[in-house]
Amino acid sequence: MIIKNKAIVNDDWTVLRLAENEAPENVTVPAGKVIVPLKVWCAQREKLQDRDDLGVWFASDERPEALKDDIGKFTVIAVDFPKFGDGRGYSIAYYLRARFGYAGELRAIGDVLRDQMFYMQRVGFDAFAPRPDRNIQDALKGLNDFSEAYQAAVDQKSPLFRRVQRNENTSADL
Amino acid sequence: MYRYDQYDQQIVNERVAQYRDQVRRRLSNELAEAEFRPLRLQNGLYMQIHAYMLRIAVPYGLLSSRQLRMFAHIARKYDRDYGHFTTRQNIQFNWLKLEDTPEILADLASVEMHAIQTSGNCIRNITSDEYAGVAVDEVVDPRPYAEILRQWSTFHPEFAYLPRKFKIAVSGAKEDRAAIAVHDIGLSVIKNAQGEVGYRVLVGGGLGRTPIIGSVICEFLPWQHVMTYIEAILRIYNQYGRRDNIYKARIKILVKALGIEEFKRQVETEWADLKDGPGTLTSEELNRVSSYFTAPAYEKITDVDPGLASFKSENKAFANWLDQNVKPHRVPGYAIVVLSLKKTDVAPGDASAEQMDAAADLADQFSFGELRITHKQNLVLADVKNSDLVTLWKIATANGLASPNIGLLSDMISCPGAEFCTLANARSIPLAKMIAARFDNLDFQHDIGEIELNISGCMNACGHNSVGNIGITGVEKKDHGEWYQVSLGGSKGNNSSIGKIIGPSFSFNQVPEVIDRLLQVYLRERIEAERFIDTVRRIGIKPFKEFVYAAEIADGEEEISVFKPAQYSVPFYSQRF
Repeated sequence: MIIKNKAIVNDDWTVLRLAENEAPENVTVPAGKVIVPLKVWCAQREKLQDRDDLGVWFASDERPEALKDDIGKFTVIAVDFPKFGDGRGYSIAYYLRARFGYAGELRAIGDVLRDQMFYMQRVGFDAFAPRPDRNIQDALKGLNDFSEAYQAAVDQKSPLFRRVQRNENTSADL
Repeated sequence: MYRYDQYDQQIVNERVAQYRDQVRRRLSNELAEAEFRPLRLQNGLYMQIHAYMLRIAVPYGLLSSRQLRMFAHIARKYDRDYGHFTTRQNIQFNWLKLEDTPEILADLASVEMHAIQTSGNCIRNITSDEYAGVAVDEVVDPRPYAEILRQWSTFHPEFAYLPRKFKIAVSGAKEDRAAIAVHDIGLSVIKNAQGEVGYRVLVGGGLGRTPIIGSVICEFLPWQHVMTYIEAILRIYNQYGRRDNIYKARIKILVKALGIEEFKRQVETEWADLKDGPGTLTSEELNRVSSYFTAPAYEKITDVDPGLASFKSENKAFANWLDQNVKPHRVPGYAIVVLSLKKTDVAPGDASAEQMDAAADLADQFSFGELRITHKQNLVLADVKNSDLVTLWKIATANGLASPNIGLLSDMISCPGAEFCTLANARSIPLAKMIAARFDNLDFQHDIGEIELNISGCMNACGHNSVGNIGITGVEKKDHGEWYQVSLGGSKGNNSSIGKIIGPSFSFNQVPEVIDRLLQVYLRERIEAERFIDTVRRIGIKPFKEFVYAAEIADGEEEISVFKPAQYSVPFYSQRF
């Protein structure tokens, strides 16, 4: 189960993670819907490029530019949060959405917790695989912590001051 | 000052609800402490040695009498009748219970305040000039820009989990009173030759283990572009700042590693894509926010108040206060008054609930109901009529807020130190008290004149030791004892510099004598009215060093009472001692 478009849905994708003794060049990518590490995609591109059931996931220290030319091939891209305190994934999402125009599913995987999901949603994630030891119903609530935001982001291209009429100071003093 | 509209209030209210639920989940063990930690930190809640400490944001140091009274209320209801004002113009309460903190935030929200992003690896409270809007040397009032940046940075989704904390300061005067050179980003609001407003942008300054003066990344950034430019800086930092070593994670290390030219190139490449986009500030929004920072209804005062001069000539204590704590105001007949929170035997920056109420009353009576907090941990009444100064001084004196020591030796900056903080190697507050007691003689302090003495209990430099004219830092040695390193020649402001360590460290009891010797060299070497820092710059640290280490310094047995933080009447049980 994952959260997608603010609802809990079944998930038929598998995330492939390399074991310590596996190398990106020769690991076997199983058949079916698999989200492979970026490293595997880059190393086995020749072999994998005709498959239409693959997604790719980014490690937090990988560059979004690496997928720039292939971005149209995928309907699922994921970004891994090795620890929830590692904020690089937010900028990766920003680039994929705002710079490279990726419009497919963008999924947060790894140490994904309710209290970061509102921010993740704002930078363009629309799917979340919360940490398995957590209640997914509870996690869903995190997407609605705030009903308004000041600054522009991927989900809301215009900052608050451009969208609404805000109060001026009308009183002469306090 | 700025007032919340429905949007500001709604965001803060929703934060209270979110935080309340996080605390509930922590108390029911649904959240592990490791997961709760960054959540509470992004809300300014630290777990200290004795209790929880909550840091509350005072945006750019400006607050109303109503808000200060709320601090007094919190001090009484949830703490031990006092609060501690910080070097980043905030306030901290030291003795809280976790269970109470959601209610405290709800109380704060009722007066348009919060603790959002006062800690954690995110964009912290924006600080500014404590004399903004009233300073004689002001070019542009920085407050509207600081408020606009406050809103922009609040819950910025992409920059909540940066490699490390991120501090921004804004100054709009000729003299920098906001220490912008030692911030991650320092903004100086300026006018170019055409009279257009923009920013001189500094990046990569900071204190801590590796104190660095910021580098200029942009000489003139037109005001419209401030948010997009800072977004570009932060995006580069978020991706490339080091995350493998907490001591090398600040932006200053990245800027040093890349060099300012390469860093600037990357930022400008990033910015090219954002420039003139929706994040660009509009004149409508600038005008809207500026409408909250218009001048109050000043009276037209033309004559010098004769009563003031005669009272001054008759009363030496008042004369000292006037010389030291009252600053020129840009409007004739008005003055800026600094209420000192530096009193011998009180921790620097501490104010009791009674003092907070008294200061709020003074603000209502004499200064349009507003106050400021300074980075030197004092309070400011920014708009006082000269003719009110005598009355104000009497009330301030009665409330222990009129020590005539602003800018003098006893106007020290000190961090909380090892009695409270788990990071500190050594105590700061007892040392500050011991130094204040040793140099209690005001005539001596006046003779020494302007000097900045800063104390930190460890290398993290919360007490700004590295930019103190005299800096004292608690260091850890192999014996786990309490040792202090002394540095000389640090300075904030337009001519910022990092102090140099004079030599081997000293014991707690030796430090006052070390300071005495440094001052003796200054008195011997100074030329006329030369300030301490200018003498250090002229003659270098060598003569000071030689004199300090020439003769042995006695290390008397420490009174056991010093080991107890007398003010707080709690047992002192730092694991380090």
